[in-house]
This record gives sequence, structure tokens and C-alpha cells, in this order.
Amino acid sequence: MSKTLRPDLAVIASLVAPGARVLDIGCGDGDLLHWLRTHQQVDGRGIEIDQERVYKAIARGIPVIQGDVTMDLPHYPDASYDVVVLSQTLQTMADPRAVLEQLVRIGRKAIVSVPNFGHWRNRLQLMLRGRMPVTSTLSYQWYDTPNIHFCTITDFVILAEQLGITIEDRVVVDAAGHKARFTGRGFKANLLGEQGVFLLSKRG
Amino acid sequence: MTEAMKVSAPYSTQLAFGPTQRQVEVGQLIDITPDAPFAFDCGATMPSITLAYQTYGTLNADKSNAILLCHGLTGDQYLLGPHPVTGKGGWWEDIVGPGKVFDTDKYFLIVSNVMGGCLGSTGPKSINPATGHVYGLDFPVITIADMVRAQVLLIDALGIDQLFAVIGGSMGGMLALEWAVRYPTRLFSCAPVCTAAKHSAQNIAFHEIGRQAVMADPAFMGGRYIDAGTFPAKGLAVARMTAHVTYLSEVALQEKFGRRLQNKQAITFGFDVDFQVESYLHHQGKNFVERFDPNSYLYITRAMDYFDLEADAGGNLANAFAHTPVRFCVVSFSSDWLFPTEESRHIVRALNAVAANVSFTEIITDKGHDAFLLDVPAFHATLRGFLDGCAIARGLR
Repeated sequence: MSKTLRPDLAVIASLVAPGARVLDIGCGDGDLLHWLRTHQQVDGRGIEIDQERVYKAIARGIPVIQGDVTMDLPHYPDASYDVVVLSQTLQTMADPRAVLEQLVRIGRKAIVSVPNFGHWRNRLQLMLRGRMPVTSTLSYQWYDTPNIHFCTITDFVILAEQLGITIEDRVVVDAAGHKARFTGRGFKANLLGEQGVFLLSKRG
Repeated sequence: MTEAMKVSAPYSTQLAFGPTQRQVEVGQLIDITPDAPFAFDCGATMPSITLAYQTYGTLNADKSNAILLCHGLTGDQYLLGPHPVTGKGGWWEDIVGPGKVFDTDKYFLIVSNVMGGCLGSTGPKSINPATGHVYGLDFPVITIADMVRAQVLLIDALGIDQLFAVIGGSMGGMLALEWAVRYPTRLFSCAPVCTAAKHSAQNIAFHEIGRQAVMADPAFMGGRYIDAGTFPAKGLAVARMTAHVTYLSEVALQEKFGRRLQNKQAITFGFDVDFQVESYLHHQGKNFVERFDPNSYLYITRAMDYFDLEADAGGNLANAFAHTPVRFCVVSFSSDWLFPTEESRHIVRALNAVAANVSFTEIITDKGHDAFLLDVPAFHATLRGFLDGCAIARGLR
């Protein structure tokens, strides 16, 4: 049983209202959903692509669909969930824009966390060594990374603006797991944050 | 159970099997006379029906731990052996028992021979009271809905208001879906495995080949083979051989048999059995005719062909599940080409569209459609996980 949550998941959990209907996309073994169900009486569902993780989550009593975001999300009705969660997955998607639009369509709110490529360590590695950054949060080599669409916190904010998605809350998490709210495009957050967590909703 | 419904005490009876019409004692039959005559989808009615069933485990005090397991096309009520006809194990022998996936210390398992079957339940092998002879092709053409309606009577007769789960593979999955759609308050959870919401053109085609093989056998005698003292063993064996190929995968066949020869060093330039795969299919056909009734084969395959929940729901499967309170776990197998994963995904999407509580997994295996009957640990882990999760939600321990 998970006593503590990964820092970005803890931030996500803090943004979910008790009793909400939650869809966690890329839910893994169901850690977040299990936490939310136990501590916040959330009615949670998950989507996960890995078979082993799917039946581990099912065994915890969490309904999980083995599926693929691109293929499955379009079949969910509008506003069928209070909250849709996508943690640390957007950067692995073939079409992050389409996924974001799906998230705010299916959920009245969406919570998205992204690793921040703009963190000073990444910037420094690229500038000084001239090599693609490899850090504790971005631990892959360029040739084996699942992260095909990197963005910075500022990039993310700008995309949301372009898509007409409202950012209701924006939180940055640093390497030590400290979290802080920020505003606007987050110049400082973009330099110091390892992850950005955003609470989104469709405008209008 | 309603006031007027009459249920006999359980009894056993002698039934005949195979070309020699060997007599076998089959147990636990009950006759049910419902308030109103049993009405088939085709319009026929019967004042009473007989159902053969087996149970495993013990029903708890509040009758909340009952699981109805639905067998496939040629399956039956024997989850565990010894099977009265074959003398072998039952169809889920490996996963039923104390501490197993279907834990008989925890759950009360019910399996009934489907209506139209040939192991004790009312079917084409039953005696037609109007003539004193077996029904044969005079038996009403049945549907999956008819089979489930009969099962509902059995569950009523057992005094169970709500089943903890209805679970089945292949045709059994169709029954499980039918339960969930027609009687959503009478089951807490539902696991349709390697099945579909409607039978595909390819599957209807294979069934038709099987039926034509049976009916083309001169011994079929228009379905009156029992009265005529004949038995369409060859036709039924061919039907089974064809069907059996559809239950496997190309990879499995290749690995199991390849081009290996059967007890010989070289091909014989003839039409006797040269290849091991031929020998295997002959063996499957031969065993099958010893235990299955040719008319039942026609009726049950037809019931599957007619199954179409989507059409029943006005063309949109999601409508069939609107507001369902049932928890679902849909499972498919990657190498199943009879009920491919896409069929399961279709069900899952419909359930998602109505925001139902649904889990889904595609089990990676090369064992084909038959995987649901075989030792596939990931499948068993999924079933166990689903049951555990539902048991917590239902307050079962």
C-alpha cells in the first residue's frame, strides 16, 4: 500500500476534489487512483497500456482499461468525468495537441503534469556539453527515450493559450519535491522547476 | 421465486450418447414450471423446462456469493471432473477449488447446461410430449436470450436475488453480456471473455460449414437419427474438426505439429493420415461425437449466429448498457481470430460511452480462442484480481 505518493502525483491529488469522478490516463498500477479512492473517496477509472500493470490495478479493485490514448479517448463522451489526469505522459504522445483537446473535452477539468525540459540543469548540459540532457527526471539517452515531444513549462503555457484552454492553477515541483504556485508563463518556474502541474479546463 | 412457479426436487436420469447411444447417468436435473409458459423468442412456448446444473462451494447466509459460470458452445455444467460422459476433467478444472481463482471456500459456483444442450437440459434430445419421440428438428430454434431466460428461472429456483458475478468465455461471454443487458440488477459484476456483442460474418460462415457437414451426412435422417437408429458421426466429426481449427492459432498449430508426419518416415502419396495435424483433428472429431448431440450442435451454433445485442439496442451498443450498475471486466486474447480483440474493444467502448465501471485487458498469448480454457497465468491473474476487487466492493470476505 502506498503511504506516500510521487511528488507530482501528490500535487495532482491536492487538485482533485473529494468524491470526484476521475479518469487517470496512463495510470500504471493504479497508485494515484488507489490513493484518491482511499483518502478522497474518489470514483476512479484508469487507462494503461502495459498488461502487467493493468491486472495489478484490476487486482486492487480499480477499473482499468488496457488501451491507447490515441485510439480510445475519442470514444469517451463529453464531460463524462469531473477530472481527467495525465501525468508525465504528454511528452510521449504522437500528437500532444489532440490529446490535450481530448482531455478538456472528456473532463470538466484536466490535470496534466509534464517534465520541464527548461530546467537549468538541462539548459546547462546542452549549452556546456553540447549533448542532449540526461538527468534524474529525464534519465534516457536521446535514442531510447519515449519522450518524443519535449516541452518546457513556458512552452506548455503557450500551447494552452493557443488552444484556448484555461489554466486554472499552475504548480511547479523542484527536484526536492518542493512545490510552488506560479503565474503567467513562469520565467522562474521554467528555470528551477523539474515538473509542471497544470489544472486545465475548456474555455467557455 | 414467484408463488406460482413450481420446481421439482433434483433428480438424475439416464441419457444416451454417441453413435452407440451409450447410456450415461447424469445428475442434478430440475423441472421448472414457471407462472406463465416458457416463451421462446421464436414464438414457441413450453409449459415447463428441465435444467441440468452443478454447483461448487457453499451459498452464504445472505446469498451474496453466487457466481454463475456460463459454458461455451460445446461445454457443459461440469467445471470439475470426473465428467460423466468422458470420464475426464471439467472445463475449468485448473482454476476451480479452494484457494483457486474461483475459490470454492469463498464463492458458490453455479453452472447449468444451456437450454438446447445435450447434457440434461431441455433440448432437441428431449422427449416431445406431443409425440412421445425426441424433438429433433421439431425443437424450437433457440436464442442466447432464451438460454439466459432459462438460467434466470434456475437462479430464481435457487432463491438468489443477485448473483455476485456472471462469467463466461466465447458463447458463455454472450450469455454473460445478455445477463448484464437484460437483468442488470440481478448481477453485481460481469466478465465476458473472448466474446462479441454480435456474431461476425466469419463466425456465422464457420458455423454454417459445420451445420452443413452434419446435415449432409446421410445418417442425419432429417434430424431423426435416434428414431432411425443411425448417427451422423462423420458429419459431426467434420464440423468439430473445422471448428477446432478456429479455436487455435496458426502459431500454435505450427509449433505443435509443423509438418511432422504421423508414425511414418515419409509421405504415402495417399489420403490416409500422413500428418500429425490430421491425426490430431481426427482424434478431436472422434472424441466429440461420443459426447455431443448433432441436433444440439445445430441449435446452439444457430443461437450464437442470431446473437446481436447491437441490433437489439437500435444499432448503438452503448444504449444496451445505459445506466448499468454492473462492474465489467472484458478480456480478449491476442491470437484469437474467432473473437478478435477488436470485438472486445467494441464492447468496452460502448461501456465507456455510458461511463460504466469497466476493466479491459488483452492477454498476450499464442493459444488462440481456446486460451480461455488453458493455463494462461495472466488471464487467471486478471480474473482473480477482478473478483478480489469486486468482493471488496460487495463486502464479501
